[in-house]
Amino acid sequence: MAKTIEEINEKIRQGKVVVVTAEEIIDVVKEKGVKKAAMDVDVVTTGTFGPMCSSGACLNIGHSQPRIKLGGGTAYLNDVQAYTGLAAVDIYIGANALPDDDPRNRLYPGEFNYGGGHVIEELVAGKDIRLAATAYGTDCYPRKRLETWINMTDLNEAVLLNFRNAYQNYNIAVNLSDRMLYTYMGVLKPNLGNANYCSAGHLSPLLNDPHYKTIGIGTRIFLGGGMGYVAWHGTQHNPNVLRGDDGVPWRPAGTLAVIGDLKQMQPEWLRGISMLGYGCTMAVGIGVPIPILSDEILKYTVVTDADIFAPVVDYSEAYPQRKPEILGQVSYAQLKTGTIQIEGKEVPTASLSSYPRAVEIATTLKEWILTGKFLLTEPVAPLPGVESDVTTKPLRERPIE
Amino acid sequence: MSVSKRIVLHFSRRLADRPIIYRLVKDYNLEFNILKASVTPEKEGLMVLELTGEQEEYDKGIRYLTENGVRIQSLSQNVIRNEERCTHCGACITICPAAAFELESLTRRVTFYHERCLACGMCIKACPPRAMEVHF
Repeated sequence: MAKTIEEINEKIRQGKVVVVTAEEIIDVVKEKGVKKAAMDVDVVTTGTFGPMCSSGACLNIGHSQPRIKLGGGTAYLNDVQAYTGLAAVDIYIGANALPDDDPRNRLYPGEFNYGGGHVIEELVAGKDIRLAATAYGTDCYPRKRLETWINMTDLNEAVLLNFRNAYQNYNIAVNLSDRMLYTYMGVLKPNLGNANYCSAGHLSPLLNDPHYKTIGIGTRIFLGGGMGYVAWHGTQHNPNVLRGDDGVPWRPAGTLAVIGDLKQMQPEWLRGISMLGYGCTMAVGIGVPIPILSDEILKYTVVTDADIFAPVVDYSEAYPQRKPEILGQVSYAQLKTGTIQIEGKEVPTASLSSYPRAVEIATTLKEWILTGKFLLTEPVAPLPGVESDVTTKPLRERPIE
Repeated sequence: MSVSKRIVLHFSRRLADRPIIYRLVKDYNLEFNILKASVTPEKEGLMVLELTGEQEEYDKGIRYLTENGVRIQSLSQNVIRNEERCTHCGACITICPAAAFELESLTRRVTFYHERCLACGMCIKACPPRAMEVHF
């Protein structure tokens, strides 16, 4: 029996909706079977909380007196540079931005204790942020310098706008070399000393809707503790990869671009983080509701960690040199036991994505829907799927003579 | 008066070949219990000891170690976890040489076993949200 999103929303309004998390649905289907479960369950909630580098915030700081045009000038928030190639008082602060005087990797491995992600976390926490800006001055915007404290409540708009989040599966990072590596996948010990992965596995949004049947542009989501929307497919969205029989990609595949009101968000769900020797970034919490419109959609949400495989990639050579070879593939069920086998060696595993936080997000979203605070939206356009020609191209360099 | 303390010794590459601990026993009559050791010739070494003896001899022994270039760290340098910042991702688990972090299989939360901590400091900078802190 097929349902519509409007029918589910009506059930939400009447307080009759049945919602379970992507973890709970596995047992529900074991008990009831697909047909009965698809009839009974209206929404399955997913969640993920991990480092998502292509994230940042657009801020409109309001016009000073006299006016200043930051576009083409400079702007720093707590000494971290924000992008000013926009209109007079719109700026964008990226999660990976660093203070000019951060030593980076000159003192290897760099510590990267404070960056754009930390600025966003503090802003969301309601802290005062120091804005220091310079401009060249025009007839209509004469001011050339501005130094002031700003606060979330002072800003006209504060919008989280992330270009690539919620990766549908990801690499397992290892190190075949004989020296320690400091990567965006964490510290990798030499000679296969550890293996780091980064996905919520069977709770991860796009792994529960592998062919983007329900998640599309305009889908309302849990974003950073508030409500946001899927804005577009994320950068490097790459649906055409190796997939299992159930459609689940076994390689990094789909991604989401998301947008939401930063003023509603909470610092627990936007956390500035530091990757030793790599840089600053931000851990972002995302939860996506999946409306159970058919048996087929329900089947996708029943995916378990044992069904999802990820490639093992050497970050000493294959990754930095953009070589395609992998050292094998391993299921999330195996990863979560704490050790995997690579080239005959037992390698301890660690996650960079927080599973307990992912559970909390899926559970929070479930509560929001059950209490009528969160209605589902109909996507206005689908994300590009395997039938599309959307693919991730490498850069083909054309040397400039 | 007798004392017993837990300390971390850091050996430089040059010192790893010398019978440092033997001298503590022979010259200062100290009892030792090795809690953890990682000493390889031609490499930097680390040893965690419980050292017991008369206060005067203990102090002399410590002086002997420092004068010979062994860097000493007391285990009372407390490593604690800031529960508010920890996101329970698990990045610390494989970094810790003492297996002080464990993933609870049911909740998948990370438990920090303080008593196993050697205060080596590896987790401090490897923790992405910087939840691990050293307190003196």
